[in-house]
Amino acid sequence: MNRKFITFSRILRTGVVNFVRNAWLGTAAMAVMIITLTIVLFSIITNATFTNTIQQITDKIDVSVYLQDNVTEEQALGLVSQLRTLPNVKSVHYLNKDAALKAYEDQNAGNTQLLAAVTQIGSNPIPATIQIKPKDLNKIQDIKNFLSTPAAIKLQTSDSPSYNGSRKAAIDKIAHATSLLRRAGVVAVAVFMLISVLIIFNTIQMAIFNRRDELTIMRLLGASTWFIRGPFVVETIMYGIISAFVSVLIIHALFVASSSALQATSLGLLDINYAHVYFSGHFWALLTMQVGLGILIGAASSFVATKRYLKFKTK
Amino acid sequence: MLMILLDRVTKTYGKVATPALDRVSLHVEPKEFVIVVGQSGAGKTTLLRLLTREEKPSSGKIIVGGIDYDKLKDREIPLLRRKIGVVFQDFKLLPNRTVFENVAFALEIVGATNREIRATVPKVLEIVNLRGKEKRMPMELSGGERQRVAIARAIVRQPKILIADEPTGNLDPKHAWDVIKVLEKINHYGTTVLLTTHNQEIVNKLRRRVVTIQHGQIASDRAGAQYKI
Repeated sequence: MNRKFITFSRILRTGVVNFVRNAWLGTAAMAVMIITLTIVLFSIITNATFTNTIQQITDKIDVSVYLQDNVTEEQALGLVSQLRTLPNVKSVHYLNKDAALKAYEDQNAGNTQLLAAVTQIGSNPIPATIQIKPKDLNKIQDIKNFLSTPAAIKLQTSDSPSYNGSRKAAIDKIAHATSLLRRAGVVAVAVFMLISVLIIFNTIQMAIFNRRDELTIMRLLGASTWFIRGPFVVETIMYGIISAFVSVLIIHALFVASSSALQATSLGLLDINYAHVYFSGHFWALLTMQVGLGILIGAASSFVATKRYLKFKTK
Repeated sequence: MLMILLDRVTKTYGKVATPALDRVSLHVEPKEFVIVVGQSGAGKTTLLRLLTREEKPSSGKIIVGGIDYDKLKDREIPLLRRKIGVVFQDFKLLPNRTVFENVAFALEIVGATNREIRATVPKVLEIVNLRGKEKRMPMELSGGERQRVAIARAIVRQPKILIADEPTGNLDPKHAWDVIKVLEKINHYGTTVLLTTHNQEIVNKLRRRVVTIQHGQIASDRAGAQYKI
């Protein structure tokens, strides 16, 4: 058998044995790791849900530009193609007077009085309309600026452009709140990652401190750095993997509990239905990510913790 | 080729004015048995710690078994130590492992197979007269027996050099002699032995080369010498 393989299997075995022996010390480290990974997973799902919500709202909003009746089709299409070159424009849709009237009638199909009033006028009172869908609500200013140029203003009616009613203010607030929440999530994740690395770091240092004589002996007998460090890394990687599975279980349990207890499909902005669909749809990817993250946190902290005990004298 | 070469080796700790070792030069041939004597604090232990590369010299050259310590990278230090057997005054056995496991541990480090371990360890325990005590824990052994376990561990990888730092320091005269006899046996098989000791009786009975260190310098270096503290 290959010597490297033998050494590797010895490192693995020692790591597992130490994991069992240090069970109580490990529990503290794992508890923190579980909290951290749960927060990470929660943040990711929440973020995806918020993004989805904002997207849905954004899809419904458009900027409408009303054109004066004397504007030719050619001029209108010129404006449309200019608008399409703007970076923040997702789509531009042109409705001539007839199409605009049709759309207006469809929109207000229930309101017979209003429709009657429109037809009574005789001529078509609805102006030709350009509907612009922005990519990002927060950057709508670009479109406003373009529409305020004298060349563009000349073609528009006096009450143009419209930002699809009063929803704009509400949408702004939502966008602002979600970006704030997102940032808070990132900070929380970062802080808990740091805490968990520090605590695991401490745990490993305590384990090393208990066994420092053994480490010295190993070093003097010519044990390589990885022969000594390996078992610690194996041990903390096991913490990481277990914590990852527990964190996924916790989130799963939360969904199960909320769907039976709340009977609601959303908590304020948080669309629980979508969150659950997202979680189930990305289950394996999320699980893999959690395990990867757990391994990373575990390995990194034990790697650093063992470093100072494995240095050779350089003076 | 020399087994150990020290050329004007000086070791100063921190900012202390007097060095622990002061321009020490020493040549040891293969298969030699060298006894290093000197009072506590004379620099014996520093000398040995330099040889095992636990310390780095402040100046001077060290070459052991053809390995030049100046060119030794950190990651090569374990490889060097596998070529040198070391026995300590305080044994440094792993307390929660049996006699067999303690000796086997030295082989595990170098990636020996379980079959190799099962074949080699009993032979080495035979050499140090510990057959039948494989399953004992270090706590259940006498000082002399523990030191012989440590020697078994040091020689199980068949090193070219065995360094013994006051191996009899904690032992009564009878057990001390058992240990010395084992060292002589190992030397007889062809291993270079470097032994430090305080024990005048041992030095005088062995009649080997004696290097005396005083105040960090070599005061005398004589073959078949007697020694008076």
